Amino acid sequence: MNAYLDMELLRFTTAGSVDDGKSTLIGRLLFDTKSIFEDQLDQVKRSSNRQGLAQADLSLLTDGLKAEREQGITIDVAYRYFATPKRKFIIADTPGHIQYTRNMITGASTANCALVLIDARHGVAEQTCRHAIIASLLQIPHLIVCINKMDLIDYQEPVFQKIKKDFESFSSKLDITDIRFIPISALNGDNVVNRSEKMSWYEGSTLLYTLENLHIGSDYNHIDCRFPVQTVIRPKMAPYHDFRGYAGRIAGGVFKPGDEITVLPSGFTSTIKSIETFNGPLSEAFAPMSVVIQLTDDVDVSRGDMLVRSNNQPDLNQDIEIMMCWLDTKAPHPKSKYIIKHTTSEAKAIIKNIRYELDVNTLHRNVENLNIGMNDVARVQLRTTKPLLTDAYRKNRTTGSIILIDESTHETVAAGMII
Amino acid sequence: MSNYNLTHLDELESESIFILREVFAQFENPCILFSGGKDSIVVTHLTKKAFYPAKIPFPLVHIDTGHNFPETMIFRDQIVADLDVRLIVGLVQDSIHSGRSTEERGKNASRNVLQTNTLLDTIDLHQFDACVGGARRDEEKARAKERFFSHRDEFGQWDPKNQRPELWNMFNGKHDHGEHFRVFPLSNWTEMDVWQYILAENIQIPSLYFAHQREVIRRNDTWLPVSEHIHLNETETPIHKKIRFRTLGDITITGGDESDADTLEKIVDEVAAARQTERGNRADDKRSETSMEDRKKQGYF
Repeated sequence: MNAYLDMELLRFTTAGSVDDGKSTLIGRLLFDTKSIFEDQLDQVKRSSNRQGLAQADLSLLTDGLKAEREQGITIDVAYRYFATPKRKFIIADTPGHIQYTRNMITGASTANCALVLIDARHGVAEQTCRHAIIASLLQIPHLIVCINKMDLIDYQEPVFQKIKKDFESFSSKLDITDIRFIPISALNGDNVVNRSEKMSWYEGSTLLYTLENLHIGSDYNHIDCRFPVQTVIRPKMAPYHDFRGYAGRIAGGVFKPGDEITVLPSGFTSTIKSIETFNGPLSEAFAPMSVVIQLTDDVDVSRGDMLVRSNNQPDLNQDIEIMMCWLDTKAPHPKSKYIIKHTTSEAKAIIKNIRYELDVNTLHRNVENLNIGMNDVARVQLRTTKPLLTDAYRKNRTTGSIILIDESTHETVAAGMII
Repeated sequence: MSNYNLTHLDELESESIFILREVFAQFENPCILFSGGKDSIVVTHLTKKAFYPAKIPFPLVHIDTGHNFPETMIFRDQIVADLDVRLIVGLVQDSIHSGRSTEERGKNASRNVLQTNTLLDTIDLHQFDACVGGARRDEEKARAKERFFSHRDEFGQWDPKNQRPELWNMFNGKHDHGEHFRVFPLSNWTEMDVWQYILAENIQIPSLYFAHQREVIRRNDTWLPVSEHIHLNETETPIHKKIRFRTLGDITITGGDESDADTLEKIVDEVAAARQTERGNRADDKRSETSMEDRKKQGYF
């Protein structure tokens, strides 16, 4: 039980459409780690019987809404949970078709790791490239390429090696350093949880072992200190009459009492008096901890401000270059002002320039006929009504990301990664 | 470089606290939907931690069907007194009196569905713009599709096919007057995480969760507690069993399991070995394959 308390959390995303075995793979992971309960399995068996299927269709476990089960497709992101004695896992399970790019990006935004599936019979396909490109765009640190349906090609090593080589020649253009390849059969369970007896030529780890042992400690930025203030805590009651603390979640770096800090955008400097939590004060705090920071001086600090180390500050600017994914059915209007949310701060923004549209299947940059619509990814320049405190997304996923909100419908219409 | 890793419980706690503070910052009039069950107790505990050393800045709202376990009510009043928070009670009985809701009839009648009207009326009466609840995505397949910040239109309805994308840790709580949000800080927690956390933090929970002797009947493959609200038919004979409840809802629909787990440590071991989901004993989920999705669309918890 103590072992359980020491577990880490790994978030991974998968994308896929109907026939590539994604649901079967998730079903297999859940089933072989004993994460499926008997009553859930009974329900799947009943549904499978109703549909006239001979055996339980594990993919039925992963579709949540009535409409999805009726149509046999994944529409929205669904989250699945399972645990082994080593780690707890959160799967963001997303559709894989181009028309659901926005859902893939949503699922990828919080992931430490992406699983990309390749059908061993068909090799690297357009959709394989799209999923890898999205993983790269969202800066997912680890990519696991599962070459699936090995059972249908007699578990031949040359087929696996050829696909691996093809993928590597394409992925050299991507911004992902940790890529691994695993030959599997989700249907039969080869190399998913248990080692395959049919592929003695494969000397690497199983998928689950890989997921359990990926090094994720360095996925957060522990260098550049960033503390976006969420709210101010003032108890106004005994014995805390003089208590004034800044609540927030550390976005980067390590903060310690005694550190000299600068409050941005005001530029006031002060020193950290203490880092408070309900369980007592801390001697240091790092991402992604939620804490309350007290300063030695009574300076003006409120929501949207950021505490940083004086010698390491983010950029302060009103012209922001981003890779943007448009999420809304209504296309962006060149004159429209949008609400921009960045960490805990808010402003208005217009899309000032569209530099190019990115083809997420090929990485091709299209500079003509720039009509951005839902699911399109484009490089754009934003102009904001006030300066934002930004870092490059590749340096910090929290201080490097923004969303745009439509002023009248209040819909979240775009997601952006700062360049 | 030293090891800057959080355990999964620390990371989940940090995420939940961040969300609770966003609720405070983004909304004018939030509340916590408090049922007296373990999940809403954990949400309340996390809220206490999020705003420490200040008091919990939200009232607790209890939608009271009148079909409660007496132990739950005692527990509710104790926690309200301990935390010095405001309690708002919406009575399903009042909705029935006023003609807004109609009592179900038949053997398996319950007031579970009737809670929706009372909940929506209470939200409207107090003009809540955010209601924090303890629902988790691992509980049920419709809940697996929920956002942390889940929009409800002016009729309190959920539109699962048209939800706002939720990226990174950015939560969009913008809404028109009369609309509200349901917020689920425990979205990423599993039943096991909740129990581990209750153990690690030594959080007080109602005695019903621990194994105890109780008068029960066998109905729909579960041990249903005998109470004034349940109608026994001729074949049903009450007997005494040592049971515990894995979830708590109304006394009319919450079945127990035979168990000897009378400490938190034993409960954790039992949950780890469980082969049935925790909602398997809840008659409200068994009405149809989509009963949770259907109720949620209408405005249910």
